[in-house]
Amino acid sequence: MKPSGFSTLLYKEVLRFWKVGFQTVAAPVLTALLYLLIFSHVLEAHVQVHGVPYTAFLIPGLVMMSVLQNAFANTSSSLIQSKVTGNIVFVLLPPISYHEFYLAYVLAAVVRGLVVGSGVLLVTCWFAPLQFAEPQWIIVFAVMGGAILGSLGVIAGIWADKFDQLAAFQNFLIMPLTFLSGVFYSIASLPVFWQQVSHWNPVFYMIDGFRHGFFGVSDASPWTSLAVVSVCLVILASFTLNLLKRGYKLRA
Amino acid sequence: MSVAIRIQQVSKRFGTVQALDGVDLDIQQGEFFGLLGPNGAGKTTLISALAGLTRADGGKISVMGHDVQTDYRAARRQLGVVPQELVFDPFFSVRETLKIQSGYFGIDGNDDWIDEILENLDLTSKANANMRTLSGGMKRRVLVAQALVHRPPVIVLDEPTAGVDVELRQTLWRFIRRLNEDGHTIVLTTHYLEEAESLCTRIAMLKAGRIVALDTTASLLRSFSTHTLRLRTNGSLPAALVAGSGQSGGWWSLPFDRFDEVEPLLAKIRAVGCVIDDLEIGKPDLEEVFVRVMQGQGRNP
Repeated sequence: MKPSGFSTLLYKEVLRFWKVGFQTVAAPVLTALLYLLIFSHVLEAHVQVHGVPYTAFLIPGLVMMSVLQNAFANTSSSLIQSKVTGNIVFVLLPPISYHEFYLAYVLAAVVRGLVVGSGVLLVTCWFAPLQFAEPQWIIVFAVMGGAILGSLGVIAGIWADKFDQLAAFQNFLIMPLTFLSGVFYSIASLPVFWQQVSHWNPVFYMIDGFRHGFFGVSDASPWTSLAVVSVCLVILASFTLNLLKRGYKLRA
Repeated sequence: MSVAIRIQQVSKRFGTVQALDGVDLDIQQGEFFGLLGPNGAGKTTLISALAGLTRADGGKISVMGHDVQTDYRAARRQLGVVPQELVFDPFFSVRETLKIQSGYFGIDGNDDWIDEILENLDLTSKANANMRTLSGGMKRRVLVAQALVHRPPVIVLDEPTAGVDVELRQTLWRFIRRLNEDGHTIVLTTHYLEEAESLCTRIAMLKAGRIVALDTTASLLRSFSTHTLRLRTNGSLPAALVAGSGQSGGWWSLPFDRFDEVEPLLAKIRAVGCVIDDLEIGKPDLEEVFVRVMQGQGRNP
């Protein structure tokens, strides 16, 4: 098949993270495994969520958190590196439309998210019996969640002029949103106020919908989660495409 | 001859700085064109606007008849740009870099042309080396190669020889000259004026975002520069000659336009008993033209 700007950029972005797979795939898998070992050791005997043993409950959360964080990391780090080193011109000079640019970066982010998520699932599934009650939700939320965080990564990568600005975006927005989304707990266990706050966190719906695919039970209906996640994706995709169309910080 | 690049009333402002101020310029197909000017004159901004890396505030630019904004896909296929900065992607080898760049332009199976470019730029032995491991000169060659992978009819080189050794310059210019002879339009910006003088058939000089001189190289040299009779003597020149001459380091400089003026000059010197110890004739050069144009002695194109 003849390559296009889109397919080549997608290939390049996937190859880029694959070439440093130790850092981009193996390291986050190990981190997730450590989370599992520590939290399950402490809580397995004390906590059950929706009738599911804690370790089994935790695994989908860790998988999805890895998908989301790595999707964000892929687009944001690639763009900031290209901007800082100046090699972004190689992508800006060819006849690549802003739609192709967006799709290639975000799809590569989804691929990395899925690769890391699969890795996390592979190394953690031995620690607890997992069900795959409604697998279509697993795929839907993994892909859509990856696309949302990939889009956020594009925005952050374009907006940030320095690595510390990107780190601020990651540490003060992405990390709190993912950690406070029900990865490690069910929001039903929270006080009412924090339950309501959690419902304003879109990452909660990504994790909850994803987890529903494993156990068939969740804090929110998967359809509600799908609606929230879809709206978020449309809004973020539109915003990002608008930035790219205007050439914000790329074509000054 | 048809137009390769058409620039019409292009302006661009960055904050309080007017980087381009109503630039008008046509570059014909097959030309070897020089774009000269001091730092900050607007050369790179103009090239960036041409390449779609920056958006002009006003005016229009087309490449081979394709508007760089409304018909950007076609325009960019016609254009190969060697950027000024020494940039590279550290994740890939030279060959991977060139194959990826080909793919961006929708070109598959470009290996023969990539091999030819590598050979012409003396990069064959480095084809599988990672970009990080290359010297600055080698990285510069890869930048040139990247600009050529899609065989663009118009090639823009933004200070391609800045800080590189003689060998690369000779290799590069040999290859670029060949491409020009094959019909490619070349646009060159450089601070090495002797390069521009020897390579470019026509030159534009930019100052503060405006074109302050635009003509063939030969015509610019004729208009703004003169031959100089430089001589060292055992005494002072006749008073009539001293007025129009310069003196530096024991050498007198006497400007002249035509060679038949030389003998009368020498005759006047001999007539006052002045003995010439040493003598040489300086040719007009672009550096003198450049200095005079930038000092405001230029004419509007």
